[in-house]
Amino acid sequence: MAAALALALPTADARAESVLRVATTLSDVPLTTGQASQGGEGMRFIGFTLYDGLINWDLSRSDVAAKLRPALAESWSVDEATHTKWTFKLRPNVKFHDGSAFTADAIVWNLDKLLKRDAPQFDQAQATQASQYVLNIASYRVIDPMTVEITTKSADAVFPYLIADVGISSPARYKEVGGDWNKFAMTPSGTGPWKLDKLVPRERAELVRNSNYWDPKRVPKADRMVLLMMPDPNTRVAALLSKQVDWIEAPPPDTLPRLKEAGMQIVTNIYPHNWPYQLSYSEGSPFRDIRIRKAANLAIDRKGLVEFLGGTAIPSEGMVDPKHPWFGKPTFKIRYDPDEARKLMKEAGYSPEHPLHVKFAISTSGSGQMQPLPMNEFIQENLKAVGFDVELEVLEWEALRARRRAGSDAPENKGVYGINNSFGYWDPDIGLIGTAWSKMKPPAGYNWGGFSDREADELAAQAKVEFDPAKQDAILARLHARIVDQAMWIWVVHDLNPRALAPNVKGFVQAQSWFQDLTPVYLQ
Amino acid sequence: MFRYFLRRLAYTLPIALGVTLVCFALVHLAPGDPISAVLPENASASVVQEIKAAYGFDKPLPLQYLIWLGHITQGDLGTSIKTGRPVAAEIGPAIANSMLLAAASIFLAFVGGCALGAVAGYTRRHGVDRAVTAVAVTGVSLPHYWLGMVLIVFFSVELRWLPATGMGGPDLAHLILPAVTLAVIPMGIIARSVRASVSEIRRQEFVQTLYAKGLRGPQVLLHVAKNVAPTVMAVMGLQFAQMLGGSILVETVFSWPGTGFLLNTAIFTRDLPILQGTILVLAMLFVFTNLLVDVLQMLVDPRVKRA
Repeated sequence: MAAALALALPTADARAESVLRVATTLSDVPLTTGQASQGGEGMRFIGFTLYDGLINWDLSRSDVAAKLRPALAESWSVDEATHTKWTFKLRPNVKFHDGSAFTADAIVWNLDKLLKRDAPQFDQAQATQASQYVLNIASYRVIDPMTVEITTKSADAVFPYLIADVGISSPARYKEVGGDWNKFAMTPSGTGPWKLDKLVPRERAELVRNSNYWDPKRVPKADRMVLLMMPDPNTRVAALLSKQVDWIEAPPPDTLPRLKEAGMQIVTNIYPHNWPYQLSYSEGSPFRDIRIRKAANLAIDRKGLVEFLGGTAIPSEGMVDPKHPWFGKPTFKIRYDPDEARKLMKEAGYSPEHPLHVKFAISTSGSGQMQPLPMNEFIQENLKAVGFDVELEVLEWEALRARRRAGSDAPENKGVYGINNSFGYWDPDIGLIGTAWSKMKPPAGYNWGGFSDREADELAAQAKVEFDPAKQDAILARLHARIVDQAMWIWVVHDLNPRALAPNVKGFVQAQSWFQDLTPVYLQ
Repeated sequence: MFRYFLRRLAYTLPIALGVTLVCFALVHLAPGDPISAVLPENASASVVQEIKAAYGFDKPLPLQYLIWLGHITQGDLGTSIKTGRPVAAEIGPAIANSMLLAAASIFLAFVGGCALGAVAGYTRRHGVDRAVTAVAVTGVSLPHYWLGMVLIVFFSVELRWLPATGMGGPDLAHLILPAVTLAVIPMGIIARSVRASVSEIRRQEFVQTLYAKGLRGPQVLLHVAKNVAPTVMAVMGLQFAQMLGGSILVETVFSWPGTGFLLNTAIFTRDLPILQGTILVLAMLFVFTNLLVDVLQMLVDPRVKRA
């Protein structure tokens, strides 16, 4: 009976070609039309597999933070006078999956798709996904078939990072399917290293190798990659152990010993992720007092927490990880020092006997939130020991996101002095400029609590218009040091992004990024 | 009979209208922003307003309800905010997948439940009755989620006989574990109902009369079964209709792309058109399944018709 049933499984026929089967944490296939939905994981598996941007992320190394590299644009430059006109020299001889040629017209057509409401190809779903990347674009035009110019509303040195997240879809395929994005979604055409072969909503997306990919080094090693939607973490683990898949995203920490015992490879690496409490600086918030902010940062036993997480995280010493070029030289060392924390709390007028009551909004789950409930309970105990009485307001993930977008001054956040929303630092805006600059309170940026510091403001403003990457890194390092010294947030851990791979999966290089390159992966 | 059918059908109209109202109100009154799942991280107030207008969420709620009602009367359930696909195109395959799982589960539950219930109700031995009752109660009490995981660990991870997740082609191998998991509770419920009915009917005078007339056990059982049928049908109808709604837990554990899985995704992403559409379609399926069961009961049991 077992043999008969085994024949019915896809595992049997899947072996005929080289098929990599990946269990994602997603519950539905992200948008396949060009601008992938569902955050970092959507971009990882659909956005950067089917599509290229003018600029791509360089995901080929595991030992340094991911940087940008030329893609559909071979080179780019910004006008020295205004710093708002960007000229992109396009890569010749690139073809979309449908065989049509990639030219400057395609770039303009794609930007119209996202920005020009009266354009026939305007697509609200994609425009919504891309709005944070194209918000600063004022105009764009074709200079010649291989050159395009994009003008931004204000000088923005972060623009290359933003444009790297804009996928370029094929105008020819759109025309071929009668101008219907729903049909396009089922037979999408980009210029990426993978082509979509099959899409079953909520179940799977099957991608096949694009043998004609313009970068021969990134032609996929596997013939086919099957992306399976498996939101339940235990199901993913069971699927890997039963050899139904070759790769699973985010195995729960408590399953790692069992997976290792079964010979699975557990791969981890630092990536631009932080698990913090963003603090409120609204009227009445106790965190307006730097002593209390520092005390909270010193009260947390991060090593103990990492142990609890099965080693799938490292302690935070600031917003970015200590080896990151933006870490700088903060003088305030974030560490576990409960005595010092108690001393600071005493100075501020609180003690374990007379604790300070604070309320934090947390979620039950969510992208990048790791194990939010037990982690928050762990920290609640740590903080209690130095004089905090922490009340946790538990929200569902989307409700927490809505609270974050509203900012700490919003009526719904009254009395909430911290929000436990994981954060990224893959570009200067989201990591430092948008969080530390006082003018970046929501909805302009990510400064949820309204942190306001003159020195940080000056450094953020400088970084925003420093177009030399090395000089920009140096300014960002000073900005980071400043916000750590100010204990802007309570930083806890950086996730190590664990994945479990079957023993025969080879060639994967885990980049220090929310995104990953799946082209070098093969099955032995 | 036709008049009875028409009368029952007429009852469904106000129910349907009530369902649309309740379903719309529940979805819209729940906390959370309907466009939060598609909103960029730092969307400006104008972008938020633009997106709300694009999806029609800028209008007053009563107007939104009337517009939605107008569309659904024309068979248009709207478009998913998250995927951009028509809601009907999302619900259709999901219902088909849940129906496949429900049919397999109800078959297992029916066969197992009737057998257990009949044995318990028919036997005069207390031990057998108690054993069957214990099995039925255990079945009703087992949490789906836990049972699903246990079956996966045993049959997929350890024995590697059956796949842990997905629905394959679909094929039988993928169907077995979720169907068994989903069948356990209705099997327990059916077993208890059948046991109670059989035990009650066996005490009735006509059964004694049948024995007195010289009929043998199996022949009497046939008569008892005919009398038990309406009860079993009513229970099965309810259970089947409930299963069509899919089980969020079972479908999530087995990554079975049915209505439970769809609803789960829609809830967590605040995809209101999908939520409203799915709840409405499922509620109507429930109403019509019950109508069908009522009609079948009437055909099997003339007493219903007279009532």
